[in-house]
Amino acid sequence: MTYEPVIGIETHVELTTASKMFCGCPVDFGAPPNTNVCPVCLGLPGALPVVNGRAVEYAMTIGLALNCTIAGRSVFSRKNYFYPDMPKNYQISQYEEPLCVDGYLDVETDGTASRVGITRVHMEEDTGKSTHVGVGGRIADASHSLIDFNRAGVPLMEVVSEPDIRSAEEARAFVAELRGAVLRLGVSDAKLEEGSMRFDANVSLRAVGAEPFGTKVEVKNMNSLRSLQRALEHEIERQAAILESGGEVLQETRHWDEEAGTTTGMRSKEEAFDYRYFDEPDLVPVEVDDEWRTRVAGALPELPAQARGRYLEMGLDATTAGLLSNDVEVGLVFEAAVATGADAQMVANWLTGEVTALLRREDTTLGATPIDGSVLAELSAMVTDGQLSASAAKDVLAGVLAGEGRPAEVAASRDLIQVSDAGELEPVIDGVLAENDEAVAKLKEGDEKVIGFLVGQVMRATGGKADPGLVNQIIKARVGGG
Amino acid sequence: MGRAPGLLPFPPMPVEIDIAKVARLARLALSEEDLDRYREQCEVVLEHAARVQALPTDGVAGTSHPLPRTNAFREDRITECLDTEEVLAQAPDRDGDFFSVPKILDEQ
Amino acid sequence: MSDLADFTVTAAAAGLRSGDFSSVELLEAVHKRAAMTEANLHAYLTIDRDGAARGAVAADSALKKGTAHGPLHGIPVALKDNMVTRGLETTASSKILSGYLPPYDGTAVTRLREGGAVIFGKTNLDEFAMGSSTENSAYGPSRNPWDPERVPGGSSGGSAAAVAAGSALVGFGSDTGGSIRQPAALCGIVGMKPTYGLVSRYGLIAFASSLDQIGPLTRTVEDSVAALEVVGGHDPADSTSYPGAVPDYRSGLKSGVAGLRVGVVAELNGAGIDPAVQAAVDQTVAQLEEAGATIVELSLPSIEYALSAYYLIAPAECSANLARFDGVRYGLRRLGENVEEMMSNTRADGFGPEVTRRILLGTYALSAGYYDAFYGQAQRVRTLIIQDFQAAYQQADVLVSPTSPTTAFKLGDRTQDPLSMYLSDVCTIPSNMSGDPAISVPIGVDADGMPIGFQVMAPALGEPVMFRVAAEVERQAGFTVRARHASSEVVT
Repeated sequence: MTYEPVIGIETHVELTTASKMFCGCPVDFGAPPNTNVCPVCLGLPGALPVVNGRAVEYAMTIGLALNCTIAGRSVFSRKNYFYPDMPKNYQISQYEEPLCVDGYLDVETDGTASRVGITRVHMEEDTGKSTHVGVGGRIADASHSLIDFNRAGVPLMEVVSEPDIRSAEEARAFVAELRGAVLRLGVSDAKLEEGSMRFDANVSLRAVGAEPFGTKVEVKNMNSLRSLQRALEHEIERQAAILESGGEVLQETRHWDEEAGTTTGMRSKEEAFDYRYFDEPDLVPVEVDDEWRTRVAGALPELPAQARGRYLEMGLDATTAGLLSNDVEVGLVFEAAVATGADAQMVANWLTGEVTALLRREDTTLGATPIDGSVLAELSAMVTDGQLSASAAKDVLAGVLAGEGRPAEVAASRDLIQVSDAGELEPVIDGVLAENDEAVAKLKEGDEKVIGFLVGQVMRATGGKADPGLVNQIIKARVGGG
Repeated sequence: MGRAPGLLPFPPMPVEIDIAKVARLARLALSEEDLDRYREQCEVVLEHAARVQALPTDGVAGTSHPLPRTNAFREDRITECLDTEEVLAQAPDRDGDFFSVPKILDEQ
Repeated sequence: MSDLADFTVTAAAAGLRSGDFSSVELLEAVHKRAAMTEANLHAYLTIDRDGAARGAVAADSALKKGTAHGPLHGIPVALKDNMVTRGLETTASSKILSGYLPPYDGTAVTRLREGGAVIFGKTNLDEFAMGSSTENSAYGPSRNPWDPERVPGGSSGGSAAAVAAGSALVGFGSDTGGSIRQPAALCGIVGMKPTYGLVSRYGLIAFASSLDQIGPLTRTVEDSVAALEVVGGHDPADSTSYPGAVPDYRSGLKSGVAGLRVGVVAELNGAGIDPAVQAAVDQTVAQLEEAGATIVELSLPSIEYALSAYYLIAPAECSANLARFDGVRYGLRRLGENVEEMMSNTRADGFGPEVTRRILLGTYALSAGYYDAFYGQAQRVRTLIIQDFQAAYQQADVLVSPTSPTTAFKLGDRTQDPLSMYLSDVCTIPSNMSGDPAISVPIGVDADGMPIGFQVMAPALGEPVMFRVAAEVERQAGFTVRARHASSEVVT
């Protein structure tokens, strides 16, 4: 029996508004604990929430970019459950009347295009952060926990996909595309490593060709694109093994363990799922009229497909243009570099070549590296100026990626700067020519090939730092022949 | 006997509450004796409250807000936060600038 | 000069402005009265001697400079202890908040301070505003100044007792199902609940968010207007705050009721009402007719279900509003092996029986499988109630009824039977459900000498016509008998 996976992804995106969803405390990752708090986000007695208008617009932006219908009227709800990092022990969210519904996102998996439905996008608030104190920082061995409410109340968008995804790779491509869109929209910095974008997956299997869905298992705790793919691959195998042996898959929530490479069942209580949703009485409904929706839709930034077109016009080849526009973070850095005068093809090659290779290898994102538009522009200028050869530039890039500093610093410390001063080179060249009469004679007779040898000699004499193009020029001028 | 559409059965059935489950949901550690007493009292009140089921409400939308207001927004602007010390001074247990709580059993 | 503690706000404000006495003297008088009455009445949980003294001195200074404006400038006020006051203990009369010092002032409190009011102290209430007698306070009940064996009503019983006894010139309370109006009626003073949204709830410890409103308890209708002028008006910190301009409360106060239509609500008059109370109410209605009003008999059938719907909606909302009291960030904490146990032990120990009951009720009404039949249905019934009111206000300018079915009952009379206690609110709950304003005006006493309250209800933002009719009722009743207090003297 062959089974096909049926996968849906629930993504939470933290917004980069200046202030929180329901109060004016700053949204600021990394601030000292419990400094960005007020009566509202601490859940003090008597406090009341007030909706951040920009967060609503950002949510609408995401919805429109995902081709959703924006509800004319949407309502906030209380999702009731107790947890120490929840200041009110209910989360203000949206339940029956969310802001955005019925959209889709087009995804490309290894050359195959697919369309993943988006069930809904809604607004809610993030919780505080708990650190577990004990052996290994894991919840199971902790003696107590420390709570920081800085993150409580940060605007959170929940994006729920239809169970349209059919493989772990497609899931990864979907999340990558969603992340790219969110970055391009400028509504979140979507840093997986910092948790400003998080996702859970729902996975079930059914016999190929069958209609009804199998039992759904929720998988949590995947903190990177690669771990998402690995976790899903593992879970699919696990479920297939159960079904093949005639067993039944248990409906539960499973926790992905990156080190062990497995999912384990979490203790689940029946009552835990009774959220007792009801309309939030402290907040009034959101009504979006045509005028507002049209205005937001009109201000939508360009999405990847359009970016692709522009890159082609810049003179990039189709493959490079495609690669750049698929990873929007990379595309944005590319555009920033070009805007300050960098050479488009050069920068594009670095990004799609060395940089992307490193990102894959380290399973990280561009934002986590020192590479940005100004770094690449600087590097490009050094090549155009003649300070670096093309191959030296690659070495410098590697150095920057390794954290050794900006291009100028790395070039200096790695001693890669070319000598492009004719005055410096002439004596060396004269010396080489003087020692190689035969070669010079051949050159004078018109043997072009010998120039490579002579340039090579100069390169050796200068420890590889001479600008080979300039050396070539000077030798020709000196010898006069050819 | 036919029933008008939307009219719930009246008089309503006696109400039976799984009080232990409700107390757990509400995080109230009550004794067996207390639970029993509360269950009885709540059932009496609920039977009275259940009279609402006698009114036909087909096509009637519920009222969550008595005041017909919409789109109450604030500007995305940073306002003054509370002083961390003043906040933590009220904490039943603190560890530096963190609130401290006994170990958490369930991941959420 | 008669005791300053017995002055109305209006008279005291005038006296302060003309320099007849100072705010410090006024405060002293109130202090003296409190010292005399508190042992008997226990209206207060906290009296802020130092803060009030500073406030009075500052008020006098502004009066001298001529920078004193508002109608409550220099006036000692009492605040129900579910209104957060910065640096001043706020407990909501619960053990779970014992010793809690809020780091901020609620909006109403800020407006009072900015208006020069002198915050004298925090008054007793039924725990978390749940109750109709103030017997649910974790710190002991308050007593009725007219007869200390009887309850002052609730949940704003402390504020009502203080204003009636003269240990505050004006008090503030909150009204969710009648918690300002009913104690006002039982204590022989004026108490009103504004249109929902007229007074900010920011800083009011929430009981039932879609029903709660802060309002004043005063000796006269004019004083009630003055208090509302200071605290009412749009607040951006409260999303449910009415965004428009506030109505003009004052201009109709002396206009009388000629030409107005007064609707007598059939469901709230007669059946279930104590005969002495009904007789007094009927007499007042007759007086209004004499004074030129047209009396109309109106039926609002869905009001029969208001109490039932209320006891689903209010507990449901409160079960969520009180979830934040968990021992993590403030208040009481009890031990537990793990955080879940800690929370459960804390809440079981910190909440009294009435609060516990309502949390259980509310949790049940919202839970899976029961939501639609209980909470959902209650909300739909609420819509029907609103529609009945709207239809009634096509035919009447105001609606009237007794405020409370009985006068003040004895302590302990209803504590064993929750349902009997809930029935105290049958006349007041409907206007919380509709969000419309309502006021209680004292009109006389019963055979035991206990005060009777007359309720005037008006459409949303209809405070002007409500006050206008209330002022006429007050004039007609001539009720100036002051409360008996700890001294043997009855001031008339």
